Amino acid sequence: MSMNSTPKQTSHLKREILVRLIKAFLSDNFPENTRLIPFAMRPKGSEVPYRCCIHKERAILRDRAVAGLGMSIEETDDSVLLSTLAEESLKRTEPEEDPLTVLTTACKGCVPSRIYVTDLCQGCVARPCVNTCKFGAISIQNGKSVIDPEKCKNCGMCVQVCPYQAITKIIVPCENACPVGAIAKGEDGHAKIDFEKCISCGKCVAACPFGAVHEKSQIIDILKNIKAGKKVIAMVAPAIMGQLPCTPTQLKEAIMELGFADVYEVAQGADVTTKTEAKEFEERLEAGAEFMTTSCCAGYNELVEKHIPEMKPFRSDTKTPLYYTAEIVKKEHPDAVTVFFSPCNAKRKEAMQNPNVDYVLNYEELGAWFVALGIQVAECSESKFKTEASAEARNYAVTGGVAKAVQTMLPEHLPTYPVVINGLDKQSIRDLKKYAKNGVCELGNLIEVMACPGGCLGGNGTVNAYKQALKQLTGYVNESEHLVNEENEKIEK
Amino acid sequence: MDKKVSVKVCLGTTCFVMGSANLQELIELVPRKYGDKVDVSGVPCLGLCSIDWEFSKAPYVKVDDDVIKEATVEKVLAAIEKKLSK
Ligand code: SF4
Ligand code: SF4
Ligand code: FES
Repeated sequence: MSMNSTPKQTSHLKREILVRLIKAFLSDNFPENTRLIPFAMRPKGSEVPYRCCIHKERAILRDRAVAGLGMSIEETDDSVLLSTLAEESLKRTEPEEDPLTVLTTACKGCVPSRIYVTDLCQGCVARPCVNTCKFGAISIQNGKSVIDPEKCKNCGMCVQVCPYQAITKIIVPCENACPVGAIAKGEDGHAKIDFEKCISCGKCVAACPFGAVHEKSQIIDILKNIKAGKKVIAMVAPAIMGQLPCTPTQLKEAIMELGFADVYEVAQGADVTTKTEAKEFEERLEAGAEFMTTSCCAGYNELVEKHIPEMKPFRSDTKTPLYYTAEIVKKEHPDAVTVFFSPCNAKRKEAMQNPNVDYVLNYEELGAWFVALGIQVAECSESKFKTEASAEARNYAVTGGVAKAVQTMLPEHLPTYPVVINGLDKQSIRDLKKYAKNGVCELGNLIEVMACPGGCLGGNGTVNAYKQALKQLTGYVNESEHLVNEENEKIEK
Repeated sequence: MDKKVSVKVCLGTTCFVMGSANLQELIELVPRKYGDKVDVSGVPCLGLCSIDWEFSKAPYVKVDDDVIKEATVEKVLAAIEKKLSK
């Protein structure tokens, strides 16, 4: 399983565009300076690092800027100037519905998925490929195996039987990464996302070697609200604490320097989730339930809604940490604009369904913002959080962390067997379907599901390498106070 | 005895965001590979990113006095090899 697999070169480009967009917004001429971004990045006479010519490079950079402005690349006409789009981006009052957009110009170069005979083919006598193909698509011509593309159904049987491993399947990285078959390369040569099926997990964003799948950024909307003098409040997910080279309290101060009025840890809401979910689990078990799954991962929740509705009765009704946090913030500050600082794309969907969450910013965008303003986070002073969260809540970002937290709050006599689904893929989805269908999971009764391998720290919108992020976050968890289960304490006394 | 090669991986915010997060592995990898012939460490902002627009060439790594722009693990290892073969 790969974590943080975003190819480095494409994330560099995406982040550079974001930095330039933020600088343009903060300049005295946002539209014009936005229009100039592709020209500033590829000035006349500059080297052409990736494509055929400078014009194509600029066209692609332009499209990336469109996504940075929060718009759909597919639906934007090529003839419209970036300056016009920049002005339009200022007018919208809420983010666009579908959170992803595909850069069609970059995507065309990637070969469609097919079965391919390499020159390792020996034209052997046994010819297992010809014999196993159920569709009669393979014949031997001039002593080599040849596949008839009209008949081939991409089943891959021949790939498995060739003793020389001469036949391979050319995969399309995004299609291969998508756990629900929501993205496919169309007839016109570029990938299309079927948003009826898409669970917003962000795996295609991380998998595409061209960086062709973009999140529609909400950075302009957030900047606009801050500039208008609104009280904008940051709600930071637990995963953020492993993301930047500074302490959590310095990070809070750095975020305040961007113009936010206050910063809340979403771990605060996670403490509510833990307690509510533990109670719910106990009640369900007492009522005879065989198992329950967690409900905090937005990607998993969308999976259940769209692909495994039969899982709904087994999924916890407890709300996500973001839900409780946003509720607290809006109660304390009814006039505030709230921004969730997210490790992944899926939370964009959750935010759209929750009126208490106005915008979402991922860690790439946050990082770009610091770069644009020249903020060195390690030089910021320390600013404490008003409400401290527990160690268990802060550990929600790590696979296994949610189940562990819930377990802390369960009575000792309750037979609890946690199961961890560490990342959604085709196999784990099949397993979940089976549990839902049979109404039982033979591995345990408290199933934690996280769409990203490694947990939220492995989300597609993160910047730090997984191992380092884990080390940093664990340090923070270890210096935090533990949750206390008063019931169990009493029994021990 | 020969002078050690010094490798400074910038872990300032700009470099970190633009890619040095992925260079942290050098801090474990280099000593394993070269023992005490090379000194490697993560350092705060080297001051190179704040020169107008130079953020786009981040991350920076210094190998002795040479600055590596848009550094990658491969580029840094190649620079070390070159120094050691002298
Ligand atoms: S991986 Fe998918 S999105 Fe990326 S270039 Fe290939 S077809 Fe397009
Ligand atoms: S976001 Fe996830 S579900 Fe949607 S198309 Fe990409 S990989 Fe598939
Ligand atoms: S952050 Fe690396 S040179 Fe400034």
